[in-house]
Amino acid sequence: MHDPVGATAHATGSRLVLALAGLTAGLVIAIALSLMVGTETVAPSRILAGLSGECDREATALLLHYRLPRTAIAIVVGIALGTAGALMQAYTRNPLADPGILGVNAGAVLGVTIAIATGVSLSVTTLAVPALIGAAFATVAVLLLASTGRGPATPIRMTLAGVALGAVLSGIATAMRLYDPSTFERHRSWAAGSVAGRQLDELTGIALLVLTGAVLALLLLRPLNAVALGDDVAASLGVNTRRTRTLTIIAVTLLVGAATAIAGPISFLGLMVPHICRLLAGNDHTRIVPLSMLVAPLVLVLADTIARVIIPLRETPVGIVTAFVGAPVLIWLVSGRRTNTQ
Amino acid sequence: MSQSVPEPSSLRADRITMAYQDRIIGEDLSVDIADGRFTVIIGPNGCGKSTLLRSLSRLLRTRSGTVYLDGKDIHRSRAQDVAGRLGLLPQTAIAPPGITVFDLARRGRYPHQSILSRWSAQDEAAVHRALAQTEMTELADRPVDELSGGQRQRAWVAMVLAQESSILLLDEPTTFLDVAHQISLLDLFAQLNSDEGRTTVAVLHDINHAARYADDIIVMSHGRIVAHGPPVDVLTPELLAEVFGVEAVVIDDPVNGGPHIITRHRTRIPASVAPTREEAP
Repeated sequence: MHDPVGATAHATGSRLVLALAGLTAGLVIAIALSLMVGTETVAPSRILAGLSGECDREATALLLHYRLPRTAIAIVVGIALGTAGALMQAYTRNPLADPGILGVNAGAVLGVTIAIATGVSLSVTTLAVPALIGAAFATVAVLLLASTGRGPATPIRMTLAGVALGAVLSGIATAMRLYDPSTFERHRSWAAGSVAGRQLDELTGIALLVLTGAVLALLLLRPLNAVALGDDVAASLGVNTRRTRTLTIIAVTLLVGAATAIAGPISFLGLMVPHICRLLAGNDHTRIVPLSMLVAPLVLVLADTIARVIIPLRETPVGIVTAFVGAPVLIWLVSGRRTNTQ
Repeated sequence: MSQSVPEPSSLRADRITMAYQDRIIGEDLSVDIADGRFTVIIGPNGCGKSTLLRSLSRLLRTRSGTVYLDGKDIHRSRAQDVAGRLGLLPQTAIAPPGITVFDLARRGRYPHQSILSRWSAQDEAAVHRALAQTEMTELADRPVDELSGGQRQRAWVAMVLAQESSILLLDEPTTFLDVAHQISLLDLFAQLNSDEGRTTVAVLHDINHAARYADDIIVMSHGRIVAHGPPVDVLTPELLAEVFGVEAVVIDDPVNGGPHIITRHRTRIPASVAPTREEAP
């Protein structure tokens, strides 16, 4: 008799390697496309020439000042939101959770909105500070709200508190923008979620924050896999559930705060991507989170490329594209029997 | 007590007070879990059986008193060290949707891994052994949520066994199972206990299962331990009347030996669950 366990474990392993290879190739193609496609199409040969610094000044300028930063930002923001979404789904044990569900997004957006309205800061690097403060505020407020009354802050209580607080914070931010439209005119695309119009040097600080959050996420994978079995089982396996939860929240705050500062609220990415990864790899966070770090930038880079051409000669904020693509994909995922099984 | 070994046992509670928030479940409880034996805790609903198990397993911090594991305060030991020594199967364990039996079992290896260590041959071997012991090898690649209740419980037992702890704490492992699955699971625990000398503590509801499988029985009532010893010494008609409020006849089990309980009729509902206190004559 052959060994069924080993055989299938091996099969799953090689399928995963195949998926990884395919996704990496996909990401490279998506990056190439995003450098080529736009109001003016740049041929691959000109991209290579431009990147190696040869003197095709027009292409070099377009690439270095416009498309390259945009692609780089899409990659960093994608990693941030994919990771944050996967962490949130693990944390709440809810396959349909995303950073928005704990009000973290709304907190970051409100932070930035207040900073713009009061004229405190207008550059991206400084916008990261109010975004992080807003995200952290929302996180702490949700934790406090969920722990009032008897008993600890369970994932379900946190979700309820997060949804409620998120609605209030978004409402305040929207009201502020409506009250003072002129100030927010130049931030209109930010408010819809966009990775355009930024420079590479604005990305450095953001990328460092995302890197910190991503490393933290990778260290949390095995404890989160144990927490998925329930708090009692996790504790009996030696997991410090409270520390795991706190570190997860910190990682999500860093990732979402940073992504929101540079790109505004981009919906559905953090919800959709980990869900796709669960279908690919099974319900195992040690696989879902790393895969999300690959799939989310792939999706966002593609969505941003589509955003440039979907309405001729007009830019559509990428947040709108992810919403338009994400919502049907989500409905399809939830309605099909593919939700539960791998 | 039943113990003939003079040295203190690996797992013991010393004058512990157990409480959830303001509600005190049990006060000033002391108990020694005999090493290498199969101990069963019985008692009416709400008497504090599960709470005692949670206290012994470090899940519940005791209000006062100390639980000792290998002579050390269990709350002062490293969580992962405790987990390598002591495994717990909680009452209601729900597997994440879609995860396979193998995947569930391998998560039992958590205490043996460090943050950067890779899945080792030892981990793999422990999981395979646990699956073989629970007869789940054939079902290893099936999602847990597609299994029957009995198979699902075996998958969870495989997870705890993969943990390779020398002490097993089981909180009502047979509840919700049909009688065949109950017996096969209890047989498995008894076998693990006798073959490998794993100290086993189980909360059970069926007194006759307790009588048949236990080396020692702990009887709890109103947050106190009212009896502790071999079934034949503990299970008397007087105790059953006092603790469970049932009039019972204790006979010799004609098949397995040991005591067997036949209830005649209820004299009263135990006070801890009765809506009003009433004493039948």
